Amino acid sequence: MLTKRIIPCLDVTQGRVVKGLSFTHLRDAGDPVELAAFYYQEGADELVFLDIGATPEGRDNMVDVVECVSERVFIPLTVGGGLRSINDIRRILEAGADKIAINTAAVFNPEIISQGAQKFGSQCIVIAIDAKRANGIDNPKWEVCIYGGRKSTGIDAIEWAKRTVALGAGELLLTSWDADGQRTGYDLELTRAISEAVSVPVIASGGAGNLEHLYEALVIGKADAVLAASIFHYRIYSIHQAKDYLAERGVPVRR
Amino acid sequence: MNKEAVVVIDYGAGNLRSVVNAITKVGYQAKVTSNPRDVFDAIAIILPGVGAAGDTMDSLEKLGMSNVIRQLIYEGRPFFAVCVGLQVLFSRTEEGGWHECLGVIPGIVKRLPSGLKIPHMGWNQVKQTITHPLFDGVPDEANFYFVHSYYAEPEDMSVVAGTTDYGIPICSVVIKDNLVATQFHPEKSGDQGLKLYSNFLKMALSER
Repeated sequence: MLTKRIIPCLDVTQGRVVKGLSFTHLRDAGDPVELAAFYYQEGADELVFLDIGATPEGRDNMVDVVECVSERVFIPLTVGGGLRSINDIRRILEAGADKIAINTAAVFNPEIISQGAQKFGSQCIVIAIDAKRANGIDNPKWEVCIYGGRKSTGIDAIEWAKRTVALGAGELLLTSWDADGQRTGYDLELTRAISEAVSVPVIASGGAGNLEHLYEALVIGKADAVLAASIFHYRIYSIHQAKDYLAERGVPVRR
Repeated sequence: MNKEAVVVIDYGAGNLRSVVNAITKVGYQAKVTSNPRDVFDAIAIILPGVGAAGDTMDSLEKLGMSNVIRQLIYEGRPFFAVCVGLQVLFSRTEEGGWHECLGVIPGIVKRLPSGLKIPHMGWNQVKQTITHPLFDGVPDEANFYFVHSYYAEPEDMSVVAGTTDYGIPICSVVIKDNLVATQFHPEKSGDQGLKLYSNFLKMALSER
């Protein structure tokens, strides 16, 4: 039976991890390579690296990071942030990434999805969708945001999700703009609505504050994977603890 | 003869670094090549799996690699095929319209049935259906990382060495003489995946 995936997310800028300062036992907790190796040893199912600076220099740094990580870490690596062209995608994949995540570039130029899928295979094209609640509780709707959530596009998130899959997206990384950073749980309605609307796997992101939140996103939200940053970076929970918790509640996980 | 021990076939589909890194990690050196001559001279050959099966077949044909692969497998040269690499060993694939494949193993490759999430992406268990040195130190039902939308149906079930449940049973490991193939990616499957490469290369290089 396919297991549900637990994915720590490393926010990187200029080749350095932004969070993660609680790793006092690592020689250099700001080094994404060390942190990645640590999570690999701890049993993470995949890793996501997001370049939150998204500058050209940051992209070069990211290539170096991915090269080093792929020598030590033998689980899938997804890299996103600031990728604009097929050439950007190729560089990251050749550095050793298995998947790339695109958001803003896909909104402006949806053809990059089909071109990327054709060149490298759908399996490595992850579409990152930042969704923001638009109106009332009775009839929830979500809008796609770009530029790291700073700008709403007016595009309906569910329609956009379906369209990206039709164009060749192999997986969706769905972040709730409203829940992100709140630690009050994932947006379960959003997660479920998108999961049920598409045939590809959905990674839920944004809002994890405790292990019950992970469980809810996977079971109520029907997500295939959960992504979290601070609960792991600040060592509130280990990957082991997360998996033990889920397994005890009947969620299939890799151990 | 100056034989490069281990070669990884490069057919221009992108990320081969992970496979090479995995080989390095288990203590061997791999040469990446798109030259059939290098493949012919190698002691162990790895055919990685990236991209679509039809494109892979086209590239292998263009490189003059298909016949070399057929001959070497026939002669019993140690050969490890991964993911799409496994699929192109079969007679035909449904991917992108029916394509002829290498035909080393009789059978066809079909799309996963609708109703399932496609691709089949993530960690799933491999049930070992035979005892084989490839599995030395690898527990039965260990998890491996899958990502694929098509699956192989061998005609002769005796080549199946491992199966995986994804709503339907999937043939996830094929072993036939010195040919090994996995539908999952050992280079992305942590310690258990590395062990498979290590076991394969140990077998391959001890046979000299």
